[in-house]
Amino acid sequence: MSSSLAPPVVIGAGPAGVRAAQTLVAHGLRPVLIDEAARAGGQIYRQPPPGFVRSAQALYGFEAGRANAVHRTMQALQPQLDHRPGTLVWAVQGATLQLLQAGRMGQVDHGGLIVATGATDRVLPFPGWTLPGVYTLGAAQVALKYQGCAIGSRVVLAGTGPLLYLVAHQYAKAGAQVVAVLDGATLADQRAALPALLRAPATLAKGLLYRASLIARGVPVHQGARLTRAGSVDGAGERVGSITWRDAHGERTLACDAIGFGHALRSETQLADLLGCEFEFDALQRAHLPVRDAAGRSSVPGVYLAGDGAAVRGADAAELAGERAALALLADRGMAVNTSRAAELERLLQAQTALRLGLERAFPFPEDWAAQAPDELLLCRCEEISVGQLRQAAREAGADELNRAKALCRVGMGRCQGRYCGAAAAEVLAHAVGIPIAQVGRLRAQAPVKPVPFAMVEPPA
Amino acid sequence: MSAVLHADVAIIGGGIVGASAALELRAMGRRVVLLERDLCGSRSSGVNFGGVRRQGRALVLLPLAQRSHQLWGRLRERIGSDGEYLRSGHLKIARSEADMASLEAYRERSREFDLGLQLLGRDAVHERCPWLGDAVVGGSLCPEDGHANPRLVSPAIARAARDAGADVRERSAVVEMAHDGQCFHLRCAHGLQVSAPHLLNCAGAWAGSVAAAFGEQVPLSGEHPAMLVTEPLPRFMDLSLGVEGGGIYARQAPRGNCVLGGGRGYTIDALRARSTPEVLTLAMRQAAALLPALRHAHVIRSWSGTEGYLPDHLPVIGPSATTPGLLHGFGFCGEGFQTGHAVGAVLAELVRDGRSSTPIAAFSIARFAPTPAASPAGSDFAHP
Repeated sequence: MSSSLAPPVVIGAGPAGVRAAQTLVAHGLRPVLIDEAARAGGQIYRQPPPGFVRSAQALYGFEAGRANAVHRTMQALQPQLDHRPGTLVWAVQGATLQLLQAGRMGQVDHGGLIVATGATDRVLPFPGWTLPGVYTLGAAQVALKYQGCAIGSRVVLAGTGPLLYLVAHQYAKAGAQVVAVLDGATLADQRAALPALLRAPATLAKGLLYRASLIARGVPVHQGARLTRAGSVDGAGERVGSITWRDAHGERTLACDAIGFGHALRSETQLADLLGCEFEFDALQRAHLPVRDAAGRSSVPGVYLAGDGAAVRGADAAELAGERAALALLADRGMAVNTSRAAELERLLQAQTALRLGLERAFPFPEDWAAQAPDELLLCRCEEISVGQLRQAAREAGADELNRAKALCRVGMGRCQGRYCGAAAAEVLAHAVGIPIAQVGRLRAQAPVKPVPFAMVEPPA
Repeated sequence: MSAVLHADVAIIGGGIVGASAALELRAMGRRVVLLERDLCGSRSSGVNFGGVRRQGRALVLLPLAQRSHQLWGRLRERIGSDGEYLRSGHLKIARSEADMASLEAYRERSREFDLGLQLLGRDAVHERCPWLGDAVVGGSLCPEDGHANPRLVSPAIARAARDAGADVRERSAVVEMAHDGQCFHLRCAHGLQVSAPHLLNCAGAWAGSVAAAFGEQVPLSGEHPAMLVTEPLPRFMDLSLGVEGGGIYARQAPRGNCVLGGGRGYTIDALRARSTPEVLTLAMRQAAALLPALRHAHVIRSWSGTEGYLPDHLPVIGPSATTPGLLHGFGFCGEGFQTGHAVGAVLAELVRDGRSSTPIAAFSIARFAPTPAASPAGSDFAHP
């Protein structure tokens, strides 16, 4: 049980976490804000290290206004909250969070917890994806925003999802040569999504501007593209040198020295799982997600969920959800809150959800991916498990559930604990067994959420 | 209504004991139905530490452990997989002269079982195991003990039983049990019915409810060993390790991950358990002291399970005291993985012959009669 004496804790200082913390401060509380990054902003509004001088306009483009607002809010809040940057919450039991900060372990008790843990790329592997020079779209963006680096000088960006065009635009604008954008979605998909997207003209306009900016810079965009393989320089396996894909025009190959790819995002739900939150299958995200009400209350009293870590709805929705979850926490603590603001936030979030449906239609999940994946394709790079090995566990040992498959063939058993391979493994397993993706279950989270060093428990030297 | 399955033997529980019994009974030509609530080998049999040792067991358990040792030696032939079973040797570490004295005393007491125990003093143990920390003053090595991968071994035994003709029903929780004087009648939650003249209670930490259904109360409680695993490391530890007097235990899997256990976790619901952060960090501290190579490693995962414990730290194996045809095999107090093969063989013998060729009198359920005193879960029964 959470102690009402302890301050509320917010995990994650992205758009959801910062707005949640701001709301708690505005009501006279002094929350603890825990974040893995050195500076607030989350992945979407990630700040460069202190001393880097690129402008917000250069870093965030059309999002500069929102990024600035989140950063400024955080700056103003600093004296009024207990900010713990560079800190990982690696386990939780009851109301006590286990921390890893600067290599040392620590604890903090929460009196109400807002989990805003964000999302990572959803990775659907393709042959050659583990070659040096192949990155996720998120990583490609982090390189640019955090360090001002491009992942290569002749870059291919591939996969699908809104992030694909955003990263392509940001790369092109930053002066990198984007040799091609390979979108798995077809023009027909995007046309079909228009009615839903027209209800959010700002988002649609941004998408069109990204597209226009790519055209203006002469970046070729190929739609309906399925990635066949990444080839290495001279076939030596040392660095990526080309990309081969199929689309309506047949199979084509382009030379490149880096690839960024991703297929939309997946929520980081391990902490919600360790907290005991109930999960439910979400057909839109093809994943099991923690159950929450319109305000962000989880099934566990005192635990609230906000932002992409609860369900991927994007940064704008995350800000609204962070504020709404904080109001719920305050109300549940018996404090007076502005109920009409709470209702307004729920209305705005509802509209964002409708927009999300449109985006999913514009960038549909490539449902044929699992069927097309060759047996020899590496699926789980931590444990070096191939698609064929997982299929074998399903075929020969009768594994029809993800945790059983993990036990039998080690998929998802390595350093990342399935954070990167879990979504793809679920797709392969469901296809191999011939059951809907909802039925293969989800990998159970276990502490630590990310690897922790033995050195953290040793007394300071 | 679904049809009734008729068998010679019905088994409740698809862990290592129930699956081994099914395998042995098929070799005897018996018709077997095995009912597993979840997936075979998905509980303690599949998530335990993976130690396969005889050293340190109570003397009264050693005949069973020796019989199992023989069966482990024929694992591939029996189940078609080696399950990463390695006779690596098991070293029980001494951290004091008193520890050494008790290791010596155990060697003397267990001499008739021919475990081949070798006592190593400080110099010998550090020469044999240069990867051990300074706190180690000696140890006792059992060269033929070792370790295996439970998540591979236990499901594979059930698959071997099925391949041998056992009717293995997973996701089949038994909700009704009755005996009509001749035959057991079982009904599963999804409607499946089974009737058989013999019933094996191999339900692990949940076996108390099966015994209770036939009027037998046993003071069975659940314990939750806390375990963790590191990222793969270069191979350095070629033995399975335990510590005299308790503490951590450790082994290095073929892939290089070090598996560590120590302390107790907690339950998160009726079926699942987890390691506590406090216990994990304590085990990490103890492990880093014992194995300096770990000081630069990371822990990537922790877990726990639920094992059945009895107050005298001995299992229940043998016929029911109330119901003819009912046979128990549960309550292994954390030692069921090594002995499971032999317990399955003993239960099969009891079905066929009415007697066991391995002594099991000490494990009779009758030792808890006639004044049954069910104990609250979680109470400390250590060494009464």
